[in-house]
Amino acid sequence: MRLERRQGVSLWLRLTLPVMAIAIALLLCSTLLLWAGVSVSDAYLSLAQGAFGSKFALTETLTRATPLIFTGLAAAVAFRAKLWNIGGEGQLYMGAMAITLFGTGAVTLPPVLMVPFLFLVAVLGGGMLLLVSAALKTWLRVDEVVTTLLLNFVVLLLVDYLLFGPWKDPMALGWPQAARIVDEGRLATIVPRSRLHTGLLFALGAACLVWVVMRFTRWGFEIRAVGHNIFAAGFSGIPVKLAVIRTALLSGGLAACAGVTEVAGTKGYLTVDISPGFGYTGIAVAMLAGLNPLGVIAAAVFFAGIYNGADSMSRAMNVSNYIADVMTATALLSMLVCSLLVNYRLKRN
Amino acid sequence: MKPLSPPVLEISGISKRFGNLQANQDLTFSLGRGEVLALLGENGAGKTTLMNILFGHYVADSGEIRLDGQQLQQGSPAVALDAGVGMVHQHFTLGENLTALENVLLGTESLRQPFQRSDVARERLAQLSQRFGLKVDPDSRVSELSVGERQRVEILKALFRDARILILDEPTAVLTPQESVQLFAALRGMVAEGMSIIFISHKLAETFDIADRVVVLRRGELAGIFETRSTSAEELAQAMVGHALPEIKRRSGTVGPAVIELRNVGVEREGESRLFDVNLAVPAGEVVGIAGVSGNGQNTLTGVLGGDLSVTSGSLSLHGEEIRHASPRGFIEAGVARIPEDRTDIGIVGEMSLAENLILEDYRDQRFQRAGWMRRRRIDSHAKSLCEKFDIRGSEQARQAEKFDIRGSEQARQAKELSGGNIQKLILARVLHKSPRLIIASQPTRGLDVGAQAQVHQRLLDAKQHGVAVYLVSEDLEELFSICDRIHVMFEGRLSDAIPIEEADIEEIGLMMTGKGFFGRPSDAA
Repeated sequence: MRLERRQGVSLWLRLTLPVMAIAIALLLCSTLLLWAGVSVSDAYLSLAQGAFGSKFALTETLTRATPLIFTGLAAAVAFRAKLWNIGGEGQLYMGAMAITLFGTGAVTLPPVLMVPFLFLVAVLGGGMLLLVSAALKTWLRVDEVVTTLLLNFVVLLLVDYLLFGPWKDPMALGWPQAARIVDEGRLATIVPRSRLHTGLLFALGAACLVWVVMRFTRWGFEIRAVGHNIFAAGFSGIPVKLAVIRTALLSGGLAACAGVTEVAGTKGYLTVDISPGFGYTGIAVAMLAGLNPLGVIAAAVFFAGIYNGADSMSRAMNVSNYIADVMTATALLSMLVCSLLVNYRLKRN
Repeated sequence: MKPLSPPVLEISGISKRFGNLQANQDLTFSLGRGEVLALLGENGAGKTTLMNILFGHYVADSGEIRLDGQQLQQGSPAVALDAGVGMVHQHFTLGENLTALENVLLGTESLRQPFQRSDVARERLAQLSQRFGLKVDPDSRVSELSVGERQRVEILKALFRDARILILDEPTAVLTPQESVQLFAALRGMVAEGMSIIFISHKLAETFDIADRVVVLRRGELAGIFETRSTSAEELAQAMVGHALPEIKRRSGTVGPAVIELRNVGVEREGESRLFDVNLAVPAGEVVGIAGVSGNGQNTLTGVLGGDLSVTSGSLSLHGEEIRHASPRGFIEAGVARIPEDRTDIGIVGEMSLAENLILEDYRDQRFQRAGWMRRRRIDSHAKSLCEKFDIRGSEQARQAEKFDIRGSEQARQAKELSGGNIQKLILARVLHKSPRLIIASQPTRGLDVGAQAQVHQRLLDAKQHGVAVYLVSEDLEELFSICDRIHVMFEGRLSDAIPIEEADIEEIGLMMTGKGFFGRPSDAA
C-alpha cells in the first residue's frame, strides 16, 4: 500500500471532511457505549438532546462555545503563522486579570464604552504575554512551545496568589474570588432566563474579522507568507519579525477575550476555575476547523455541544461523562486521518 | 538495432502511471554485455522512474524485465541486488556517520556474525578500488568525504556486491570536469571486464564521450534508440525535445560602469569565515559568471550581492553608494532582481496562489494594496498579464483537475502545483517585469529541460543588451561559456580574477575549480 498525492482537491471534498470525521468518531465511540451496556441510539439521542434539544440546552451550548471560539481563533491565527502558541490558557487568565484590575471599580464608563474598554485592556494583557514568548523566539530562538506552555502555570499561580491575597473579595464569605465587575462592564444577557450573553456576538464578530484580515489585508498576506514559508518571505523582503510580533499580539489578544466573556459575561467575577481548559481545547477546535476562522465557529459549537450533551447523557444513561473527552479526541484523530486521505489516495502496489 | 552480444538485460513493454501522470509508456529496449547505454531525456521524461522499476523501488503497471533471459521479480531491491544490478542514485544513499568501509559492508553482513569479515572485506575493497582506479580511504567517515569520493563509495558498494549491471543516475551533475574524466576512465575499465552500464543523463555532450548507444525518452515514451557513432548532437536534441532548439542570440551591448562592486570583502557566518578578500565588479551590459563546484562559497557571495547577508570586512557599493547593512527590501527597491538557487523553498510560497507569489516582492506597492487592503482585482489582472507575457502555465494535471472544479482560474492555483519550469518562469516574471538594473541569478537553469534553459538564457541575454548588469552562478561550464562575458572561478571562499571569455579555456577553468593553478589574488601578489 502506498500514498499518492491527489491533484486539485475539490472544495466539496474539503467541506465534507469534518463531517466525515465526526461520523467516524461517533461510530468508534458507539463501541464504548456498547461495552458500557447501553443502547447506542438512546445514548446518542440523549446526547443530542442535551446539546441542542431544548432552548436551555442550546443556550448552554452556545454559552460554552463562546470562549472556545476565541481560544480557537487564537490558535488558528498563531498556527497559520507557524507560531506554536500553546499558551491560550495563560492568555485567557491574563485577559481575566486585566479586566478585574480595571473593571471592578477602578474605571467606570458608560456601558457603550466600558465593554469595549474591557476588551481592549484584556487584548493588551493577553497580547503582551504572548509577545514575551514571540520575542524570545524571534531574537533568541527560544522554543515558543515551551515558553507559552510554562507561562500558563506562572499566570495561573499568579491568579491564585491574587485571589487568596490582595484581590480577595471581603464580601465573598472567604471564597477565593475577586470583586464583581461593575454593572456597566457586564456583558448583557441576550436570551431571557438563560446565561447566554453578548460575548457570543463579539466572538462571531471576531471570527469574521479574523477571516477578513487574513484574506484581504496586507497584514494577513504577510502572516500567511511567513507561516507557509518563512525563508521565501524573508528573501522577498517581507518583514518577518514584525509579522510574527503582530501575530502574537493578535493571537494572545483573542485568547484573552475568552477571559472577558467568562468573567464579564458568564460568571461576573474572577475565580481560579473560570476556565476548564478552554485555552487547551481551543487548540483542538482550531485543528478540527482546519485553521479556518469561520470553521472555528462550527468546531467550537461542536465541542461545546459534545461536552454539554455528554453531561446529560451520563445522567440519563448512567455512563461516565468522560465519554465526551473520548469523543472529542477521536473526532480530532479521525479528522487528521481523513485530511490525509483527502490530500492523498491509497494505492495498492 | 540489436546489440552484437546476447543482451544481459531486456526491458519490454514497461508502463507506469502515477495518478494522472504517465511516467513510462510501453518502453522496450535491451542492454548488451560490455555495453554503455545512455538513457537521455529531459527532466520528467521518465528516466529515473524506469531505473527505479529496474532496481525494485517501484513495480511497473505492465511489462517485464529479463536478466540473462530470466524474468526479474519486481518490487524488491534485494532481488535486484542478488541478480547483479547495482544502482548509484542521484542523491547518495550513504550513512554519513559510518566509514567508507562500513558503508560498503552495510547490508552484506550476516546479523549473527557482525564485524567478522571486515579484514577480508578491507582487502577486497582495496583490490576493487585499485583495479578500477576508484581511490577512497576505507576508514574515513563519509561526512568527511567530498562529493566525488562519496560517489566512488557508492560505485564500490555496487562492485563489492558483484554487480554486473551498474545504473548511474546523472553521475556527473555533482562532479568537476576532471572528476568526470576520472569517472569515465573507471567506467571504461569496468566495461572492459564485461560489465554493462546504464548511464542516465540530460547532457548531450557527455553521452558521446561514454556511451555506445543512446536511448532517448520523451514524456515517458521511447523517442528513439541511436548509435553514438552514427548520430549527431542535433539529432539527439531533437528527439529529446521533440523539435529543433532555438539558437541563442548573443550580441554585445554597451558596457557601462559597475552596478555592484565588492572590494576586499570578507564574510563570517556562525563564527566561520565563508568569503576571503573577494573583489568583484558587475558592470552594466555584461554577464559575469561564477564557476565552481557547489559549496565553495557561491551561496554566501550570492547572498551578499542579493542583500541577504552583510559583509564583515571590506566594502560593497551598489550604484556607487556604499551599503553597510544588508536588506532584501532595500536591494529590491534599488532595482536588484534576485533569482534564487532553491526555487521551491526560497523562490515561492508554495501554499499561496500564483497571483500572490507574483507580487511577493511588491505587495506594498500602491497598485496592489491601499491603506492595508489588498486589491485583489488588480493583483489578478497583473498576474494574468504576466502569465501571458512570460508564458506561465499550470501543469497538465492541474488543468485536468480543473474540469471538476469551478473555482479555479489559473491565477488562483497554488504555486506548488506548478512544474519546476513554470515555477522558474514565475520567479523570472516577478523580478524581470520591473526592468531591473542588476540581475543576481544562481543556478537559474538547473533541473530545467533544454527548451526552458534556452528561454532563461535568452532572457538574461536580452536584459544584458538593455544595459542590465547580470551576475550568474552556475556549475555548468558550458552554460557559462555560452552566455558570459567574463568568468571568475570560486574555490574555498576565494574568487579568482576575472577571465575574459575570449581568453578562457574550459580545461584550465576546470582545473581551477579544484584549486589547482588558482591565481590572481591581489594579496598573493603583494
